[in-house]
Amino acid sequence: MSQAPFYVSPEQLMKDRADFARKGIARGRSVVVLRFDEGILLLAENPSPTLHKIAEIYDRIGFAAVGKYNEFETLRQAGVRYADLRGYSYHRTDVTARGLTNAYAQTLAGVFTTESKPFEVELVVAELGITAESDQLYRLSYDGSVIDEAEHVAIGGQADAITASLAGLRTSELGLAAVFDHGVAALAAATRSTLPTEDLEAAVLDRTTSRQRTFRRLDEAAMSALRED
Amino acid sequence: MSGFPPAFLSSTSNSFVELARSLAPEALPQTAGRDLAEQAPEGTTIICFRTAAGILMAGDRRATIGNLIASHSMEKVKAADDFSVIGIAGTAGVALDLIRLFQLELEHYEKIEGARLSLHGKANRLASMLRGNLGLAMQGLSVVPLFAGVDDSTPHGQIFSFDVTGGKYEEHRFHAIGSGSGFARGALKKLWRAELDTAAAITVAVEALFDASDDDSATGGPDFVRQIAPTIFTVDLDSGVTEIDSATVLETATEVVDRRTRSARS
Repeated sequence: MSQAPFYVSPEQLMKDRADFARKGIARGRSVVVLRFDEGILLLAENPSPTLHKIAEIYDRIGFAAVGKYNEFETLRQAGVRYADLRGYSYHRTDVTARGLTNAYAQTLAGVFTTESKPFEVELVVAELGITAESDQLYRLSYDGSVIDEAEHVAIGGQADAITASLAGLRTSELGLAAVFDHGVAALAAATRSTLPTEDLEAAVLDRTTSRQRTFRRLDEAAMSALRED
Repeated sequence: MSGFPPAFLSSTSNSFVELARSLAPEALPQTAGRDLAEQAPEGTTIICFRTAAGILMAGDRRATIGNLIASHSMEKVKAADDFSVIGIAGTAGVALDLIRLFQLELEHYEKIEGARLSLHGKANRLASMLRGNLGLAMQGLSVVPLFAGVDDSTPHGQIFSFDVTGGKYEEHRFHAIGSGSGFARGALKKLWRAELDTAAAITVAVEALFDASDDDSATGGPDFVRQIAPTIFTVDLDSGVTEIDSATVLETATEVVDRRTRSARS
């Protein structure tokens, strides 16, 4: 005997999926990405020293994610493959955050509507411009929607609280140490805790470096030094 | 446009070469299908030796086609990543492609895995890339690399030489490859000693390349007219790969030439 057919409206279906994804994301800790005067700071609350939430995609492109580790790790690796293959086929300067963001958006949207379960992730793709004016920050949601931000962007369960506490702040006019303090304070305020340095993960895209690859992880000593300044 | 190709999301490989071979084979260097050896530019002498701090690798800048000079300023020694260098003798086009592919292979691994390959791991990866290139080598377009670097388990550095079949050999003091390598190696046998500091090592490198260019028509000497100096890289665990700037190399070359001029007159 087969089960009686039942009808679910598309609105209800999408809402259920969105609720499901949002619940998964809200469980995780947040990440905030902030521009500073000489680059872009990626900052996460992450007690694990090896399971990264922040990563390098290409010479001037950084990646930050929250949600389910295996899902954003798959997306990160896909991004690295996309960037490396594109840079090899054309030229290193032809790899752009906008192209990468489009690919992420399409993939996330495709999975959201057609697969049995949406990705429980939120991403930030950041590109360091040659000049400060051309810095780019893109925030991607589980359903593939994209928002570009001007100064700073937060993702994860406490994203709204972090954005609220950073509201009005023009971080692109401040130095790294000041922006680092603002970022840590916003993360700490959102979770109502004091954040020890070993629970932080941070990296910068550095405009002043002479290297081709601008992404640099900040180790605990570097973070402590920034917090003391 | 519909996002990433499925292979990007499902692949489990950390090798860029494998990825490119399956997704974009047209982007990889390929066999031309006929013998091109007579028309293709060739690169020539590369030397490498151990120093007090780590490794030094140097190469001349000339490329030749038959008896003609194809380029005065080709760079045949490059940083493979932050802690290793690669120099290639042989058909220039294939050599430069192989260098670019190898650099990307190391970078790709580092980004996908979140960790660097060990020095021996890098050398093995290079050997397998050469084996994959065997079709080209068989038609006379052979490239022979010299690879060296440092890592945590080999802080004093290690030099690897290869043959066109992908054979990998560890060199313990110094090595040279390319058409002028016999002369350069002869010079290194007399000049090299353990624990050379950086300045002394640069002088030894310039002397050895000068000897190679003296007797091998396909190796270029220091070019004072165009201000083109041999490429010299040093690698050590503290500061990684450093390229010695050409002004310093030309200065050393001037001293070497002066000294030799004086001894030829007296």
